Amino acid sequence: MTRFLLPLGVFIVLVVFLAIGLGLNPREVPSPLINKPAPAFQLPQLHQPDKTFSQQDMQGKVWLLNVWASWCVSCREEHPVLMELAKSNTVPIYGLNYKDKPDDALGWLKQFGDPYVLSITDRNGRVGIDYGVYGVPETFVIDKQGAIRYKQIGPVTPAALKDKILPLVKELQS
Amino acid sequence: MRLLALITALWFACAAAAQNAVPTAADPMTNKRAVQLGEKLRCLVCQNQSIEESNAELAVDLRRQIREMIAEGKSDASILDFMVQRYGDFVLYQPPFNAATLLLWLGPGLLFATGFGVLVLNLRRRRAQRDEPPLTAAQQQQAEQLLAADSGRERR
Amino acid sequence: MIPEIGQFALILALLLALAQGVLPIIGAARANSAWMSVARPAAQGQFVFVAIAFGCLAWSFANNDFSVLNVATNSNSQLPLQYRLAATWGSHEGSLLLWVLMLNVWTVAVTVFSRHLPEEMVARVVGVMGLVSVGFLLFMLLTSNPFERLLPAAADGRDLNPLLQDPGMVIHPPMLYMGYVGFSVAFAFAIAALLGGRLDATWARWSRPWTTLAWCFLTLGIMLGSWWAYYELGWGGWWFWDPVENASFMPWLFGTALIHSLAVTEKRGSFKSWTVLLAICAFSLSLLGTFLVRSGVLTSVHAFATDPKRGIFILGFLSVVIGGSLTLFAWRAPRVGLGGKFELVSRESMLLANNVLLAVACGSVLLGTLYPLFLDALNLGKISVGPPYFDAVFVPLMTPALFLMGIGPIARWKEASLPEIAVRVKWALGVSLITALLLPFALGRWTPLVAFGLLLATWIIATSVLALKYRLSRHDGNLWARLGAQPRAYYGMLLAHCGIAVFIIGVTLVKGYESERDVRMAVGDSVTVGGYAFRFDGVQEVMGPNYSGARGAIDVSRDGKHIRVLHPEKRIYNVQRMPMTEAAIDTGIFGDLYVSLGEPVSGGAWSVRVYHKPFVTWIWGGCIIMALGGLCALTDRRYRLTVRRSETTVAGGSTKGPGASAAPAG
Repeated sequence: MTRFLLPLGVFIVLVVFLAIGLGLNPREVPSPLINKPAPAFQLPQLHQPDKTFSQQDMQGKVWLLNVWASWCVSCREEHPVLMELAKSNTVPIYGLNYKDKPDDALGWLKQFGDPYVLSITDRNGRVGIDYGVYGVPETFVIDKQGAIRYKQIGPVTPAALKDKILPLVKELQS
Repeated sequence: MRLLALITALWFACAAAAQNAVPTAADPMTNKRAVQLGEKLRCLVCQNQSIEESNAELAVDLRRQIREMIAEGKSDASILDFMVQRYGDFVLYQPPFNAATLLLWLGPGLLFATGFGVLVLNLRRRRAQRDEPPLTAAQQQQAEQLLAADSGRERR
Repeated sequence: MIPEIGQFALILALLLALAQGVLPIIGAARANSAWMSVARPAAQGQFVFVAIAFGCLAWSFANNDFSVLNVATNSNSQLPLQYRLAATWGSHEGSLLLWVLMLNVWTVAVTVFSRHLPEEMVARVVGVMGLVSVGFLLFMLLTSNPFERLLPAAADGRDLNPLLQDPGMVIHPPMLYMGYVGFSVAFAFAIAALLGGRLDATWARWSRPWTTLAWCFLTLGIMLGSWWAYYELGWGGWWFWDPVENASFMPWLFGTALIHSLAVTEKRGSFKSWTVLLAICAFSLSLLGTFLVRSGVLTSVHAFATDPKRGIFILGFLSVVIGGSLTLFAWRAPRVGLGGKFELVSRESMLLANNVLLAVACGSVLLGTLYPLFLDALNLGKISVGPPYFDAVFVPLMTPALFLMGIGPIARWKEASLPEIAVRVKWALGVSLITALLLPFALGRWTPLVAFGLLLATWIIATSVLALKYRLSRHDGNLWARLGAQPRAYYGMLLAHCGIAVFIIGVTLVKGYESERDVRMAVGDSVTVGGYAFRFDGVQEVMGPNYSGARGAIDVSRDGKHIRVLHPEKRIYNVQRMPMTEAAIDTGIFGDLYVSLGEPVSGGAWSVRVYHKPFVTWIWGGCIIMALGGLCALTDRRYRLTVRRSETTVAGGSTKGPGASAAPAG
């Protein structure tokens, strides 16, 4: 009788989902800001605090916004990748120094190198909240119209750069 | 007297700088609202806590954000909306009710209806079942002897 | 050397488990007595080797052998001895070894207490448990070896997670695992019944005490976890519907359904295939829980460090065990038959309704726990399902079950009459309504939540009293004689049901009347919560064996009378540099006073959270009473192995019936 097969049927469906689940990451929170305009900000620059920078300044250009901090260990992991990218002059990288002390941040850049065109300071994390930042590092790819097209959660790995970020940047720039 | 004023001013300045605790002077209604909203939002860097319960930095920042918005006069719905716009539906501790979560919210009710339905069908089927045949005289005697052996104790 | 002995012992255990799993089952199918008799010695031998392996791991921890990777990752020389030993099961690998040890303890117990069972049944039961053991041992040896070496050895270890350095954490996993693993016995009995084609009331009688015992342990294990979270995590919460908590709660729900279902199968021979399905599902949920915690599929405070390879193995193991048993069920269950007949209104139908409600509740918890995974897998976005959902769904489902808890014991078997029941319970209904209406006023203020909770709790207690009174009235003799005449299982039931009532009272009153203040306190500042005055008397530095911290002093008084001084602490553990709050709790029957330190703020002041939680200990007290009820039920006469010979002669010599049946079958 088929009703005795029902438990088995339900179980098989469950196993299929669990198997798919093994390949997913439950801690990753995707951004709802994809394809939406990048939230507005105007923040002081790290090296020249009396000057400010706004996302509007980048209108018409494709650029990367990288969220980093001197207290962040994973940022060191992605740093060589960013340095390489900066040297290749493919796309400008701007840094958002998140909840950090300017002295510590400057010291960190001096020690490890500075891949950013410039960095801005978000002392209290308010701009971070607007961008849906929940961990460091995170990187946003923003297009010519000022819309966010991609968010990298966690360090930029060479694989992510090659497979996701560079192709997207090339597409946006053409 | 001036020293006292200075100390008092310093004390208030320090109280303003306090990060975690809500000063006892705060309006209890605002505080209650803030706490209730905080309990509806998930702390994203923690494993399974609301931002109200968590001591993570992001949670502290978001709690402050909520209080600022309450002070600006924003409604509960717009504050929650603010968070969802930035962090997605994931930040809501209570899942929203939309097409994707239809099965989630209606699921228990459906399960209950199904279970109850199966139960009633099953009970009806039993009614149609043949009754057990009555005991023969020998079996009846055996039953009485067994019951007598259990004397003083009722058979459940 | 010792770790290698441990590793070798595990390999030998695996070989014995294979013998134990394969030979007896084939032997039972072929009526080969020699193969069937392999079961007991193989099980006992396996136990010896697993115990040796466990001992080796514990020894490595106790002696700070940091050349063992597990010890280096989870222990430290500064860690006190009791926590070094507890660290044996604090990691994924170690906890697996504990799991297998528990499984072997239960298997040996089955081999000892089953002399009266038919040989094929014992062979099959022990065989199935052996197969489960094979799975876990293979898992350990292939993917999660606790004895893996770290060469060169670390100078010192990374320390046990400070959250685990606590007496509650020492006992919570063993209790919980005794429960999870205990359901494997019920599972094995169910499989044995399906394999052998023998599924009747006798089978239920054999299976029942094992199941009840497993249920008791699981109840205590969950209770300990909840109590631990309450005093350790620092904000007074005791249940979070965390995925791993749900993973332990689901087997409990099905386990509860199972012990009720077994009652019916034992008494009336009904619900046979349903009971078997429940037994399979209860253990399956235990295994599913194991998967959820260790595979990284869900996030939780409990989750062990994850590795996809492990997830794949467990999923495979799960599929084989559960898929196999459900296939066997689909094949064999249709032949089982319906059993005794009963009416639409009868104790059986009410127990069946209770089962349906518990199963639906369990299904809902499963749905809520796995739903984020479903949506993510189907690319429909990411949501999170938190306590608000579970609270909204669970309580309405359980309410009818609680109501039935009052009527069920009063209803007759086979055919009950609603009017008769109504007449009997109207007194209980009256008392409950009056209590619900009036008591909240006496306690503080009236809210619908409190009234509803008290209504349910009083209903359960009042109907239990009524049921007992009615039952006693059907006997003769003085009160003591009548009380003594009832079987222990009956008292067990009443006790367990009242335990639930106590639990409900605790939950209701805490949720209804707790008060909290989150304040900034300078030295000398005072705050009033729940009628108690708390004065902050400053903080001093302390040094522990493997931590340093700040210890606060909070003076508690009521109406000007000093009660005691509480000492909440904020610790930083030396090795992991993790800050930990140790709340200070004044525990009382009528409520807890709970203080935890937050952060230091300027001026020597601290942010402090102060709680008054009335009747919160009733939550765990209720669980303990439930477990006691279960214990009481399983020591019932009918399960005792040795029965005085004199009884068998009283019934006369016409049949050998009384002798055989009065020797209860386990």
